[in-house]
Amino acid sequence: MSGTFLGMPAFPTAAESAVADPQLRHNLRKATRTIRRTRRTVVGEVDDWAGLRAAGAAIKDRTLRHLDRHLERLEEAVTAAGGHVHWAADADEANAIVTGLVRATGESEVVKVKSMATQEIGLNEALAAAGITAYETDLAELIVQLGEDRPSHILVPAIHRNRAEIREIFLRTMADWGVPAPDDLTDDPRALAEAARRHLRDRFLTTRVAVSGANFAVAETGTLVVLESEGNGRMCLTLPETLISVVGIEKLVPTWQDLEVFLRLLPRSSTGERMNPYTSMWTGVAPGDGPREFHLVLLDNGRTDVLADEVGRQALRCIRCSACLNVCPVYERTGGHAYGSVYPGPIGAILTPQLRGTASEVDASLPYASSLCGACFEVCPVAIDIPEVLVHLRERVVEQGGRPGERAVMAAASWAFGDERRLGWAQRTAGGARSLVPRRLPLGPAVAWTDTRDLPEIPPEPFRDWWARREKEDGR
Amino acid sequence: MRIALFITCVNDTLFPRTGQAVVRLLERLGHEAVFPTEQTCCGQMHFNTGYRRDAQKLAVRFVRTFADHDVVLAPSGSCAAMIRDNYARLGRTGSRLERAAAEVAPRVLDLSELLVDVLGVTDVGAYFPHRVAYHPTCHGMRLLGLGDRPTRLLRAVRGLELVELADAEECCGFGGTFAVKNPDVSAAMGWDKARNVAATGAEVLCAVDNSCLMHIGGTLRRQRSGVRVMHLAEILASTEKEPAR
Ligand code: SF4
Repeated sequence: MSGTFLGMPAFPTAAESAVADPQLRHNLRKATRTIRRTRRTVVGEVDDWAGLRAAGAAIKDRTLRHLDRHLERLEEAVTAAGGHVHWAADADEANAIVTGLVRATGESEVVKVKSMATQEIGLNEALAAAGITAYETDLAELIVQLGEDRPSHILVPAIHRNRAEIREIFLRTMADWGVPAPDDLTDDPRALAEAARRHLRDRFLTTRVAVSGANFAVAETGTLVVLESEGNGRMCLTLPETLISVVGIEKLVPTWQDLEVFLRLLPRSSTGERMNPYTSMWTGVAPGDGPREFHLVLLDNGRTDVLADEVGRQALRCIRCSACLNVCPVYERTGGHAYGSVYPGPIGAILTPQLRGTASEVDASLPYASSLCGACFEVCPVAIDIPEVLVHLRERVVEQGGRPGERAVMAAASWAFGDERRLGWAQRTAGGARSLVPRRLPLGPAVAWTDTRDLPEIPPEPFRDWWARREKEDGR
Repeated sequence: MRIALFITCVNDTLFPRTGQAVVRLLERLGHEAVFPTEQTCCGQMHFNTGYRRDAQKLAVRFVRTFADHDVVLAPSGSCAAMIRDNYARLGRTGSRLERAAAEVAPRVLDLSELLVDVLGVTDVGAYFPHRVAYHPTCHGMRLLGLGDRPTRLLRAVRGLELVELADAEECCGFGGTFAVKNPDVSAAMGWDKARNVAATGAEVLCAVDNSCLMHIGGTLRRQRSGVRVMHLAEILASTEKEPAR
């Protein structure tokens, strides 16, 4: 995954500073709450949301079960329509393919429409190393790029920035990249969008190569589908001479008809819109219309491993709507950067450790970055049981060694719970020492608890002793 | 009716008053409560932290302990949910644990389910003249689907004034070992919850899970808010003659 994320600290450490940043907390809270509210309203309008959700999950599951067949069908259809299909096993391979394709055009600049897959593989960095500049054209993505920042949300990568910060970034950096921001730029959303539009216009008209992702790829016709709100994506998809799309192999749907379900589920879940403003679809190349050359790079990068895991594979149903981020109380307080990956929030906590493995500190901490409250599962339009996968991945982390301190605590608890006499003994020991337990502890694992909360008082008599005493007194 | 109590390890050790309240309440309603003494813990903490084998052993112990009981009351939403949702998954397909779990799981009930659905009462004759806010805990709300059962029970309590809690459905941030593994996030969530609770002007915060209440209550105490926390059972057990403390 993207090199920019390497060496990230584990989630609890990364979260510490985020939690302590009141501006960030305020920005996130405001933004996620607004989306949450609109989403709830428009989902409520659909007669049988539950049925639609089940259909979405079923289509994805069915597709994943025979993914190899559908992929071959897609390749045939794309090729028949005049496109070229490339297979990339991992990030390096995908980057090499795209770099080679851009080089072959003789160009040294590309425009990009927001694509998580290219972020996942660190394409911009790879292109830069080859002397090729990639310009992000999605508004939020542009803000992130100009601010030399990292995205922190699937749908709104600059969600952690407020208007004043965006204005400052535009004024400071736009001139270095091309058309400058007007001197009298205000932080009015419309003014900001207008500045971005002017900045990008020139770019669209002069750049001859575009790189995109895709929300869906229809196997039967070889059609690729991009949903977006600003129209900038459509410019990228139609104006350049060469279009290169990098798409994860799980983005497939078998037939055109299957799309219907997702075109209803996705906008409502993600932006709270009944229908998204721009849905672009293209099939290979059409002479005299749009790009003259089309390349599809199909990206695996760990996905077949995820597919092999019976419990974890449901993560591949994800349609990246970001609804789970917007309802997650943990995400709301930490923001996306703490997850140390392109995919933040609940879906990131299950997808990233599956794609990257759980060997590193940050990847091993992600399955624990949840209170298992279940809000993400409730909201997910394709019914991914995120809590189930989190627990499943925790088992994997424990199996690979876990934390020695935690292991000892769990073993001690297991021992005490293994027999009611041992439990009674442990309870009485704790009860006997109750006067020794202070409200705040200086050391040990409970410090984190007593930093901000009081400990409960240990009662003099556990329930089981009270029960036994009562039984005896009753002469039973 | 004869009702088996699964008091849960946390209640047994730290909150015996909840178990005692359950016994008083059920007996007042004319039922018999029994406490199978071999019980220990449902294994939720082990399961949720990734210690599956330990959780399996505890599940086996649980199903053995309660195999012969028709109704098992667990006055803890998350423990009831652990048994109902996860026990069957703990055993391999076709295993003895899977079968036993499938049998025992539907018989395990939360207090509000037992009262409203099985015993058919909403007014349990309680008296508790205080302002109360209700926090619907994640497991109670999303996994057990308790809905408005607890608040219906509370509304029927004489003297009780139920006040609205803002963002009630949001997690308090306890999450078992989450509170220890991600202390900063957990505390931030707890503080927001406690602030919302204090803003209601309630004297008491009520829930069906003492773990969540321990976390919120500890935060409320640290904030010196003056709001107490109480399990639903304690409020329902309270009468004029024997008022809850
Ligand atoms: S996991 Fe579900 S809710 Fe989250 S982004 Fe994916 S589809 Fe949306």
